[in-house]
Amino acid sequence: MTETLREINDRRQRLTAGIGERVRALPRWQKVLGLLAFVGFLYYLPYLGIPGLTWFRTDYIPQGNNWAGVLFSCAIYVLIAIGLNIVVGLAGLLDLGYVGFYAIGAYSVALFGSTQSPVVEALQNRFGLSEQWAVSWAICIPLAITFTMISGVILGWPTLRLRGDYLAIVTLGFGEIIRIVARNSSWTGGPQGIAAIPGPEGAPSADNTIFGLIDPKPWYWLALTVVIVMVFAVRRLEHSRVGRAWLAIREDEDAAAVMGVPGFKFKLWAFAMGAALGGLSGFLFASRNAFIEPTQFNVYLSILFVAAVVAGGAGNIPGVAIGAFLLAYLPERFRDFSEYRTLAFGLALVLVMLLRPQGLIPSRRRARELADRRKEAPANV
Amino acid sequence: MLLEIDNLTLRYGRIEALHGISITVAEGEIVALIGANGAGKTTTMRAVSGLRPVATGSIKFAGEDITNLRADLRVIRGICQSPEGRGIFPGMTVLENLDMGAYTRRDTSAIASDLDRVFGLFPRLAERRKQAGGTLSGGEQQMLAVGRALMARPKLLLLDEPSMGLAPMVIQQIFEIITEINQQGTTILLVEQNAQQALSRAHRAYVLETGKIVQEGTGQDLLTDSRVRDAYLGVA
Repeated sequence: MTETLREINDRRQRLTAGIGERVRALPRWQKVLGLLAFVGFLYYLPYLGIPGLTWFRTDYIPQGNNWAGVLFSCAIYVLIAIGLNIVVGLAGLLDLGYVGFYAIGAYSVALFGSTQSPVVEALQNRFGLSEQWAVSWAICIPLAITFTMISGVILGWPTLRLRGDYLAIVTLGFGEIIRIVARNSSWTGGPQGIAAIPGPEGAPSADNTIFGLIDPKPWYWLALTVVIVMVFAVRRLEHSRVGRAWLAIREDEDAAAVMGVPGFKFKLWAFAMGAALGGLSGFLFASRNAFIEPTQFNVYLSILFVAAVVAGGAGNIPGVAIGAFLLAYLPERFRDFSEYRTLAFGLALVLVMLLRPQGLIPSRRRARELADRRKEAPANV
Repeated sequence: MLLEIDNLTLRYGRIEALHGISITVAEGEIVALIGANGAGKTTTMRAVSGLRPVATGSIKFAGEDITNLRADLRVIRGICQSPEGRGIFPGMTVLENLDMGAYTRRDTSAIASDLDRVFGLFPRLAERRKQAGGTLSGGEQQMLAVGRALMARPKLLLLDEPSMGLAPMVIQQIFEIITEINQQGTTILLVEQNAQQALSRAHRAYVLETGKIVQEGTGQDLLTDSRVRDAYLGVA
């Protein structure tokens, strides 16, 4: 069966071959214009009403979720995938505990921003502050980023000396540790979680006009804006000295070392940067949701995040963004097949692995590396 | 002395791979390290470039003790290695690979002239500058590995098995270039199984056998030495 699939895939490849090259060959103004149109379309998406395209909306099906709400989740996933892509795609480190950083970001805003959190209550008692006092939302942003970066360094310091599978196992443990600590500590609210997490307009209340609980559209636009800013930032990083160092480490760590690349330092950087983005998305998620509890951060999510990056095309930002979008969107769109959802999802992943082992939209470099390894493999047998 | 290795031992777990070897390399020399498989040649190289921690003994470079220095800092001091098995970055183009060689440098104009020098030594690389490293032939990859190491403008160039897996014609070519690089002023420490070529190119050489140095002398002396001839040159 795989043979027939491969054949179909080859035929498709002949049709689509060179699309990337042709796009790259376009004049600059056309590319910029195309990009602007695309970004504009993304901002317009919550209103999607173009005949024919409405089929894609998730609220046209029975029990479908609010379309803008789904879009918000998609944007959060894309942000996570961009962060994890730094670790997995650029630096080549398999991190199976990424949900830990997502959780730390979420808990940062919950513990310091919510008037109901034990941490804020303790601070109120200690310094004699009013019961309405909590750290403001805007200050929680740098807090969340700092905490996740520090935790990235704390996790990376001892573990980044390990390679490959060993690193994966340790990071898997890290994700679980964060969740279990959150569940079993009293200062995190334990299994009850924490409510009343603030948004840009402060604690959730009926007076919030823009970032309220009812209308998710402004939240989607906020998340989308963060995603766009981060895409540009990460692209800059990718083409800098740091990016080149990551690339070299991923392709051949020893060769990178004898070229003068301090491997450990840059791997730690990748971990910290990736963690910061994961934390930022956790932060947005918690703000929007206004309530978090430990079961929202289980290991299944970690695996899903890695799947998004790998299936989309590790190392390539458009690829991982598409991967993350589809992983968040498809289960929502096909809610009617609820019981078979995970099955269909698994099948889709297997198909991707069989037909496009380099991902849906692979990075050109990554494809070349894979081709190189395929060539090497028979020689080693 | 540019490089002084003194009584170096190195272990892989509980197995001692080098039992106290001492090697010196003077400025301007080509020094060859020859020996059979598993003699410890590559291990010695990895100790010098900093990829393996040493157990006892010391390594001095230009008078400075670098025994416990990190590999990337040794590159800044002027030691650059062309690793065994070439260690090309397969996904990067030829040009990007060469750029990586100059990673520790910031003198852009000098880098550009070194790039011209490398393309002068290996015209083949200039033709393929946009091609991915992984798609080059074995000989081209070897050239790229040597060229990339040169881009660091090393004081000491470490070459690990530059002839491995190459056709005799290409081997000849690579060794000619190695001599040329040396004449341009780079000191070279060379590890080789191809003893004939290595000894005829080297000023001095050491023979390694199961982690010990069993013989040393000038390249010419060892070429005519009966024990070396029997063991490594395949002539009776």
